[in-house]
Amino acid sequence: MLNSNIPSGPIEQKWTNHKFDSKLINPANKRKFKVIVVGSGLAGGAAASTLAELGYQVSCFCYQDSPRRAHSIAAQGGINAAKNYRNDGDSIQRLFYDTVKGGDFRSREANVYRLAEVSNAIIDQATAQGVPFAREYGGLLDNRSFGGAQVSRTFYARGQTGQQLLIGVYQALEKEIGRGGVTMHTRSEMLDLVTVEGHAKGIIVRDMVTGEITSHAADAVILATGGYGNAFFLSTNAMGCNVMAAYRAHKRGACFANPCYTQIHPTCIPVSGDYQSKLTLMSESLRNDGRIWVPKNADDCKKNPSDIPEADRDYYLERKYPSFGNLAPRDIASRAAKEACDDGRGVGPSGLGVYLDFHDATQRLGQETISARYGNLFQMYGKITGEDPYQTPMRIYPAVHYTMGGLWVDYNLMSNVPGLHVLGEANFSDHGANRLGASALMQGLADGYFVIPATIAPYLASQTPGSVTTEHAEFKKVEEEVRERVGRLININGKRTVDSFHRELGHLLWDKCGMARDKAGLEEALDRIPGIREEFWENVRIPGSGNNVNAELEKAGRVADFLEFAELLCHDAHDRKESCGGHFRTEYQFTEKSPEVKAGKTQPGEAKRDDKNFSYVAAWEFKGVGKKPKLHKEPLEYEAVKQTIRSYA
Amino acid sequence: MANLNLTLKVWRQLNAEDHGRIETYEARDISDEASFLEMLDIVNERILEDGGEPIHFDHDCREGICGMCSLTINGIPHGKDRGITVCQLHMRTFKDGDIIWIEPFRSRAFPILRDLMVDRTALDRIVAAGGYIDIRTGAAQDANNLPVEKDKAEAAFEAAACIGCGACVASCKNSSAMLFVSAKAAHLNYLPQGAPEKQKRTLSMVRQMDEEGFGNCTNQYECEAVCPKEISADNIAKLNRDYALSSIKEAVS
Repeated sequence: MLNSNIPSGPIEQKWTNHKFDSKLINPANKRKFKVIVVGSGLAGGAAASTLAELGYQVSCFCYQDSPRRAHSIAAQGGINAAKNYRNDGDSIQRLFYDTVKGGDFRSREANVYRLAEVSNAIIDQATAQGVPFAREYGGLLDNRSFGGAQVSRTFYARGQTGQQLLIGVYQALEKEIGRGGVTMHTRSEMLDLVTVEGHAKGIIVRDMVTGEITSHAADAVILATGGYGNAFFLSTNAMGCNVMAAYRAHKRGACFANPCYTQIHPTCIPVSGDYQSKLTLMSESLRNDGRIWVPKNADDCKKNPSDIPEADRDYYLERKYPSFGNLAPRDIASRAAKEACDDGRGVGPSGLGVYLDFHDATQRLGQETISARYGNLFQMYGKITGEDPYQTPMRIYPAVHYTMGGLWVDYNLMSNVPGLHVLGEANFSDHGANRLGASALMQGLADGYFVIPATIAPYLASQTPGSVTTEHAEFKKVEEEVRERVGRLININGKRTVDSFHRELGHLLWDKCGMARDKAGLEEALDRIPGIREEFWENVRIPGSGNNVNAELEKAGRVADFLEFAELLCHDAHDRKESCGGHFRTEYQFTEKSPEVKAGKTQPGEAKRDDKNFSYVAAWEFKGVGKKPKLHKEPLEYEAVKQTIRSYA
Repeated sequence: MANLNLTLKVWRQLNAEDHGRIETYEARDISDEASFLEMLDIVNERILEDGGEPIHFDHDCREGICGMCSLTINGIPHGKDRGITVCQLHMRTFKDGDIIWIEPFRSRAFPILRDLMVDRTALDRIVAAGGYIDIRTGAAQDANNLPVEKDKAEAAFEAAACIGCGACVASCKNSSAMLFVSAKAAHLNYLPQGAPEKQKRTLSMVRQMDEEGFGNCTNQYECEAVCPKEISADNIAKLNRDYALSSIKEAVS
């Protein structure tokens, strides 16, 4: 069922050979093909504009009021590339290796190599578009360091790299909209995928202003709809981020891969109360200069941090991981923070927080330099907490941030449903079990600018353009199903709000399938989720009609899908009886007795992979609501790198 | 930490055809640690529990970068604090017993969709008219082949920080979009990459702006005062210079 279509040959030549071997479509024929792109972030926007430049007719959809507001915009820290402008020993090979290792040897090698290979062209493209990356006095581009790497390969635009890259994408997209190459549909939400004879041929969309439900046909469909972090209710995702498009595609046959690989980001502002609607990320770049610590003694936790002497502080990342220190990868830094707090040494009113301290860096570099590097982040922190991080250390705690899992795709970024392509965070392919910082922007843009424009051609070349229209019976059928579902939601007229269900589900997932998971907890979650879902369908209240803006209706549709998706997430976590990257099963960790620990290769409490039994992509096939999905395995074969214990000591 | 009791005066309007009105809501027992939008969430949960329809407002990232939130609070777009969006406004800046007026961003070019939500697609159309550098994907040279003086790069960055929220328009008595347009033009016109299209860009963006029904700039700088990213009104002066020069060049060519 799953053919990854990895090209043959040495890893350095796969992408070049594959492009040469793939069918092309001549320029005169390209304009006959229609492509739908759902999502207008880095991946979707880049794909839509580039495909339109090539001559395809593109329709692009987003739920926001403008394509410029996709959540890629919130990425702060930077974007990696193997330019080696610093002469510090970087190369495509090293970026590839760091990314595979960072992903805890659970990603597909060939995809990651391609990602590293096209990374440099992304920087060139963005710079040519006018993306104002940080520069040095000589006028050339500056770099900073990021977690999981010992070279400085991260390009950045202060703390708003995502916004600047997305504006570059948005401008390219608006250029094509102005030229007529892209038809843009804003405030439009995809509610279902339409397949005809097994091929993805269109989508059903709700206009979020008028409530009108319409069908859209195309020769191929691209989903670039982001991740599912909001299943946890509280996350760093935007309020509107959701799994609907990907999950609808899953219900129409697309396999969902590795959903249990969720990234908990170590540096977020701690939760302050139960009214909280979202969590705010503080960029990982802060770990370049900030030092993370907790008091050595639990009794000191409520003291003013400046009253705790140096000798009584535990800089636990520097202590445990001397070569990477505060720049240990995200999953490791998050778990270390959890351990410190579980040990009773957390700080702040809730006890769920650790310090991120800029005192030493300010002494060394001066406040002006710190402000130039992180000014907007410090301002953001100050506004939210009412504290001044120049004076008192920030308090941070891990939060759900990114999801490595996603729809299964082959080397061409096509799912197992022919014609359905999936880009960016919405697919599973490049980050394995953990994503390194500054790699999401790289992957989104690689997929959109450079991969899909080449890899969609072989599929389109096999199709007759315009062969399916919205007059096809399948469109009528799916459109009717969508109307029925919307009507059903509105007519429940129960007593509880959508958010109350979402919050209940989120708390359950965070407790049982969050930073640490175990068999019993996952089974409890699997036991409880169906009950929440049933109550939702009997007792949710959605006021108003479907014919106006109706925020509760929009949220209800998304939460309804999270309530099904959550089970898939827990099934995958339950089934993967090992720890790797963002998936930490407490039963599978190194202990003091482990031979690897005795040999000094790792430390107690680190994630213990089981390469013999779990070196595969878990791709799940939908088998009905409430039924266990069917597992398909794509074996992961490592030819260029050797699977080793992932050590940052 | 303390809890606040507030009175909200909120603009309600079902859709573009509806006549809007101000309605009053009591917001009791609101934590001063909550953000302004979280306060509205709490009020909405209570409206829903009482069987009403919630107050609709645009919001998404809730960390001050997406530009979606767009409320006029006590007459000021994004509220009285400088350099923030509504989603970064916290209840600790209010006092117990305050009466808070909440209205949408007001401009003829921003039609109301429902309650506090407006249609700002006019801003996208201005960008589509010329707010870009026309570079095909894949055609770029090595990024370091074109050094950019640090001060120019910084100036471009300062202008590029615009999040397209439209507060500048909402604050202006003329509904002028000059701060938005000038920021986009300055971002690209400062950079050597943007030089070849500078004249075309400047003229077509300004013309599209006029077509969308935005008013003229009369140099009151309300826009600069409310801009959440503190974009400088100096960009407007630059746009006026670039426009004058481009118009002359166009006339004589």
